[in-house]
Amino acid sequence: MDMPAPDPRILARKAHVAARLRAALDGARVIDAPQDVIAYECDALSAYACPPLAVVLPETTAQVAAAMRVCHEEGVPVVPRGSGTSLVGGALPTADAVVIGLSAMTAVLETDFDNRFIRVQAGRTNLSVTGAIEAQGFFYAPDPSSQLACAIGGNIAMNSGGAHCLKYGVTVNNLLGVTLVLADGTVVEIGGPWMDAPGIDLLPVICGSEGQFGIVTEAVLRIVPRPEGARPVLVAFDSAEAAGATVSAIIRAGLLPVAVEYMDRPCIRACEAHARAGYPDCEAMLIIEVEGAEPEIAAQIAAIRAIAARHAPLEFREARDADEAARIWLGRKAAFGAMGRIADYICLDGVIPVSALPQVLARTAQLAAEYGLEVANVFHAGDGNLHPLILFNANDPDDLHRAEALGADILRLCVEAGGCLTGEHGVGVEKRDLMEVQFAPADLEAQMRVKDVFDPHWRLNPAKVFPLHLSAARRGAA
Amino acid sequence: MIAPVDEGELAVLVAGADGPLRVRGGGSHGIGGPGEPISTARLSGITLYEPGALTMVARAGTPLAEIEAALAAEGQYLPWEPPDLRALTGATGAPTIGGVFATNTSGPRRVVAGAARDFLLGVRFIDGRGAVVRNGGRVMKNVTGVDLTRLMAGAYGTLGILTEVSFKVLPRPEAARTLALRGLDAAQAVAVMARALGSPHGVTGAAFLPERAEMLLRLEGPEAALPARVGKLAALIGPLTEAACDWAAIRDGRALAGAGDVWRLSLTPIASPAVVARLPDGARWFMDWGGGRLWVAAAPGSDLRAALGPIPGHATRITGTGGTRFHPEPPGVAALTHALREKFDPRGLFNPGMFD
Repeated sequence: MDMPAPDPRILARKAHVAARLRAALDGARVIDAPQDVIAYECDALSAYACPPLAVVLPETTAQVAAAMRVCHEEGVPVVPRGSGTSLVGGALPTADAVVIGLSAMTAVLETDFDNRFIRVQAGRTNLSVTGAIEAQGFFYAPDPSSQLACAIGGNIAMNSGGAHCLKYGVTVNNLLGVTLVLADGTVVEIGGPWMDAPGIDLLPVICGSEGQFGIVTEAVLRIVPRPEGARPVLVAFDSAEAAGATVSAIIRAGLLPVAVEYMDRPCIRACEAHARAGYPDCEAMLIIEVEGAEPEIAAQIAAIRAIAARHAPLEFREARDADEAARIWLGRKAAFGAMGRIADYICLDGVIPVSALPQVLARTAQLAAEYGLEVANVFHAGDGNLHPLILFNANDPDDLHRAEALGADILRLCVEAGGCLTGEHGVGVEKRDLMEVQFAPADLEAQMRVKDVFDPHWRLNPAKVFPLHLSAARRGAA
Repeated sequence: MIAPVDEGELAVLVAGADGPLRVRGGGSHGIGGPGEPISTARLSGITLYEPGALTMVARAGTPLAEIEAALAAEGQYLPWEPPDLRALTGATGAPTIGGVFATNTSGPRRVVAGAARDFLLGVRFIDGRGAVVRNGGRVMKNVTGVDLTRLMAGAYGTLGILTEVSFKVLPRPEAARTLALRGLDAAQAVAVMARALGSPHGVTGAAFLPERAEMLLRLEGPEAALPARVGKLAALIGPLTEAACDWAAIRDGRALAGAGDVWRLSLTPIASPAVVARLPDGARWFMDWGGGRLWVAAAPGSDLRAALGPIPGHATRITGTGGTRFHPEPPGVAALTHALREKFDPRGLFNPGMFD
């Protein structure tokens, strides 16, 4: 993975830039000591790291705007950062960039239950948004696995999803408005606590723009009433085909579970060893969660049981109480940690049409065998969002190289099956060089034109999303 | 009117165009700027429908009625209830799926299910240079690159001409009930609707018809589940009676047909009564989306943006000819959308003046 060489003229002006940021920021933290900026050298894709020029941690929109204005005037690239939980290097700095972090912007600005929205500063964590409204019976729906740590600003930048988006949608479907600071420090308000835009709706391009169009400092989020109850069931199968066919049949029958999660044998075994959730040792396992009032839950589970029965399940386990429900989710929620115990891994995020599930899983296993690597699968089956985990040894450069090559092959397979490279993690630097697998030159040119509008000098989150050779002329002109 | 037979011919026509084009699907909105009408009507047909994956792909000119019939045959539907504005506009053309997305219009269920744009998964379109651009796809989750797909929703053809759309569909609820509470004023109605929509009992429609002083709630779900939900709602908000309600009429704003210029306002629901109090004399109105959508018919030439005053939200004129149709954007946003239109349509071919 290549990154552009830092601009030596900027590196030479480091002290000057830091001094200007301090003067402009009126007391907010500016970090520029080499031993301190190290903390911001990477995100959760820790294979790549680069300490930034400086880091600022503003407390207000005005301070973000002031920092952006300084960087704009100095011609310094800016890397926005929420909580740094990106799995794709979305917050990976360059040595000549200023990181603008949101971690000091965590306030709840307004809660309105009658109009069903909350307005927060964008550094607030996903889970603490729900924390601010749950006493009144509401929650914020998108629930990425990192929800304890990840920031709403990062969720918006990457259009994050989660296990429950089959029913409730991803971030873009739950975002009503933003305060956005543009590259030159201009502040714009887009959308608001009403349900549509008057004309061209900019929210969907800002949501998922991976910090390339501006920094979201405040957000208006839709809040939804918490269902009366929810219950998971666990269904074990002796083949991926049976599990996949069950998922499709459930959807086809008009049932709409809030979550359908899939785990394969390698993943189940790793989770058992780590979390001891009591999972059966089987080829494929589904966790299906339904919600509603108690009789409705019972009716949905009965229907799911009947459908699963046609696909020869090894076991159908229904949670009888909150403790059993928690145990069913325990292993799934610990999956990534559990895999991390047994090996280093690369977590992919491809999406396929649900109907292609069995073929894609079979081909993935073949590819893994050809590369001599093990792949464990844990993913959101209801919407076809796969998370193959490629296990490798990070201390062996050849192993890393093979793992990356296998990952690229699996993502190509997803695109060929009618899917896409990334369902919820984003492109970042990780999948940047695969974009041409999915898009023709005209498709990418159209996307880059949107960046031209929001960031004419291409200084926001440089060298992300678009293959470097395609963006070179634009970045060079900056 | 030009009606190319396929995407390739449309691309060639746009590349060679030497003047403005009035982009239209079926023409049911009855709008568009000056210029040669160019229609997607012949780009028609469902190209893929996988009920088990809840996805459909169709060419932009496919009649909405054809889409809805195909879905109904599989027990599925378009959850956002796309309106049919012909009763208001007097237009005769049949709504197309491309027009539904280009205008991002949504009906009563939008308040819980999401808008048209929330279900749009992928597009193919022709930009102002005549290039074919693809974005999104046909899978339900996709964050690969910049989301031009949903940008096209609500752009009214100004950024490109849609040629194909893929979208998510859902299983149709088994049963529906409408419950009425009568004798309310606007402020009482929005308060009750807020309580209903803030409950977990599955309300999928919340409207207030002032001429009957009637607030209407729709519940949808499995037949067996509805009696219990009705009971819980009644316990929460008071003595509800079952009522007959034509939600399609609410969806289409039909009560206002012939009553003057029709406007749609988007508001925070609780602010809706304050806007009602500021409407011009003689205006007729009703509320959908729990008050978040205010439909108004006012004397020709009225500008309902004035009625908003300091109240946040926006107003769009659906019928009538006076003044601008769309709510002016704040200057910072207008600069961005103007620049986007220049990037996607540098010669200003597509519906010039649409948002001016």
